[in-house]
Amino acid sequence: MNNATAILSTDNLRMHFPVKGGVFQRAVAACKAVDGVNLTIMPGETLGLVGESGCGKSTLGKTIARLYEPTSGGIAFEGNELADLSRSQLKPFRREIQMIFQDPYESLNPRHTVGTIVEEPFVIHKMGTRAERQQWVADLLAKVGLPESAAGRYPFEFSGGQRQRIGIARALALKPRLLICDEPVSALDVSIQSQVLNLLMELQREMGLSYLFISHDLAVVKHISDRIAVMYLGRIVELAPAVEICNNPVHAYTKALISAIPVPDPTHVPDRVILEGDVPTPIDPPDGCRFAPRSGAEHSPEMLETLPPFKEISPGHWVEACPVCAPVRHAR
Amino acid sequence: MGEVEPKKLLEVRDLVTAFDTDAGQLTAVDGVSFAVRRGCTLGIVGESGCGKSVTAMSIMRLLPQPMGKILAGEVLFDGRNLATVPAEDMRSIRGNRISMIFQEPMTALNPVHRIGKQICEVLTQHNDLSPDDAWQQAVEMLDKVGIPSPEIRATEYPHQLSGGMRQRVVIAIALACGPELVIADEPTTALDVTIQAQILQLINNLQRNLGMSVMLITHDLGVIAETCDEVCVMYAGRVVERAPVKELFANPRHAYTQGLLSSIPRLNGTPKSELQTIDGMVPALSELKPGCRFAPRSGREHAPELLVERQTLKEISTDHWVEACPVCARG
Repeated sequence: MNNATAILSTDNLRMHFPVKGGVFQRAVAACKAVDGVNLTIMPGETLGLVGESGCGKSTLGKTIARLYEPTSGGIAFEGNELADLSRSQLKPFRREIQMIFQDPYESLNPRHTVGTIVEEPFVIHKMGTRAERQQWVADLLAKVGLPESAAGRYPFEFSGGQRQRIGIARALALKPRLLICDEPVSALDVSIQSQVLNLLMELQREMGLSYLFISHDLAVVKHISDRIAVMYLGRIVELAPAVEICNNPVHAYTKALISAIPVPDPTHVPDRVILEGDVPTPIDPPDGCRFAPRSGAEHSPEMLETLPPFKEISPGHWVEACPVCAPVRHAR
Repeated sequence: MGEVEPKKLLEVRDLVTAFDTDAGQLTAVDGVSFAVRRGCTLGIVGESGCGKSVTAMSIMRLLPQPMGKILAGEVLFDGRNLATVPAEDMRSIRGNRISMIFQEPMTALNPVHRIGKQICEVLTQHNDLSPDDAWQQAVEMLDKVGIPSPEIRATEYPHQLSGGMRQRVVIAIALACGPELVIADEPTTALDVTIQAQILQLINNLQRNLGMSVMLITHDLGVIAETCDEVCVMYAGRVVERAPVKELFANPRHAYTQGLLSSIPRLNGTPKSELQTIDGMVPALSELKPGCRFAPRSGREHAPELLVERQTLKEISTDHWVEACPVCARG
């Protein structure tokens, strides 16, 4: 992977949370939500991140935005290392990386007007005069397709789709380079979902934004992404261009995930891999192939103990090469 | 013809359900008609607020009291009108002959009772069973819905189970008395896709083995395509289109159905292409018009009288019904 031109790259990024127990609430185990992730995002690119609940995809997004302090590993934004920076050192980078959240009902302060919410980033970063800021707010609202009068109203007066637009306007205020979108359309109805997806694609073309697009819905992710990373129990198991990963999935988990999606076509005969059981807990997971217990295939003890290598099997198509879950013939 | 049509087990005719609110009486379901045939699955699809859950609650007579009321229409179940049967009789039907699977398996289960006990409760309510026999049957039900080591699981509490397992327990409770009709309200919406696949397969298998009828409420057209025989599309409290599943997907006639089908991103679609959208949003219950309710979002010019006069459902081909607004349902 070419890290030189990437807008963002992570290097073996880890985010572990202590699990406390016992009388003295000591750390008794570690919840390895993100456990050794290497990703790059190029300028103007959308990297999709899919996985089931509890796989660590939201934690990864928040760690990249430095809402968490990573346990170890690196986060390089345009060559600047963010992982060890203090709050004040981070401030200039906060403008460059912004987030859009899933729940448009909970991510907007109900006591503030929309104008105040969208203006707040400018106030925090001490930008512009009051009049200038109001003009910027009006421009932003227009950009996301809301009427100018919205500035004087409160979030509860808007529907879910419109609230998500307010969230997008706030995220765009400081002209960021990278947007981390954490399930931005999951709470929306299908007809509204397509409106918001179109808006995100249009803004990307206009402003040259990069997106890390996190979702559990592979059809949505495939539609908006250039490349897709599939996450399972804190690790990326497969990474490839969007069309490639859907047409030629290699890892058993990716295959199961794709086959589980109900196709809106009654003449389609599903060729379904039904996975047994649930996603196991990320508390002290095995070091080796983490998909082994659900794969239904026999793994040798050493496969459960040693981390499978992340291999490029065709240009841009990477897979965690467990010999059982992802038999790779032409490894390079 | 010649084919023997499966008999209708449930027939809903012109159901009108309203709620008393501070803003006056709001009609959530406004003249809805459909039927569930024996052994078949009817899907009800629509966006939030279209009245699909209220329709289910009306059939089960579980409307929040005293605000919710069935104002008109009939709910014919095996010949009886459930809209008017006494509450006492309804209690012996609910959970016994018609049961329900809810969306949120955590809130549908009682957190302070053991799983086995919660299944026993339904069994003993409707059957004359000794506690031991009921427990035995509860364990068998857990086994039937694919819960490993059911004897141990029966003694556990809901919080000890994962989301998928809890939904299996909810299904076990719904099926405990061998109902003829199961109403599943978004049964897989809270679950991950791989778990959703497990649960849908389970419902399908149980339906085939037990010969029950299913009414499946969902917003996911993929789930509809995979599990249903017939589909009702609801919009703003009304059925706008009703057809056998293959017919509906191949030949959608109402502008809303067409919009819904073309606005979903598909796995085999062109990446980064612009998606079709339906402009605007679902109207609030307080601003509904008597005429074509999809008119403001259809992007098509409607004559004023179309907004004032209610259009009837018309059968345009065998079993394919569409709300005959001449603008939204033109061929």
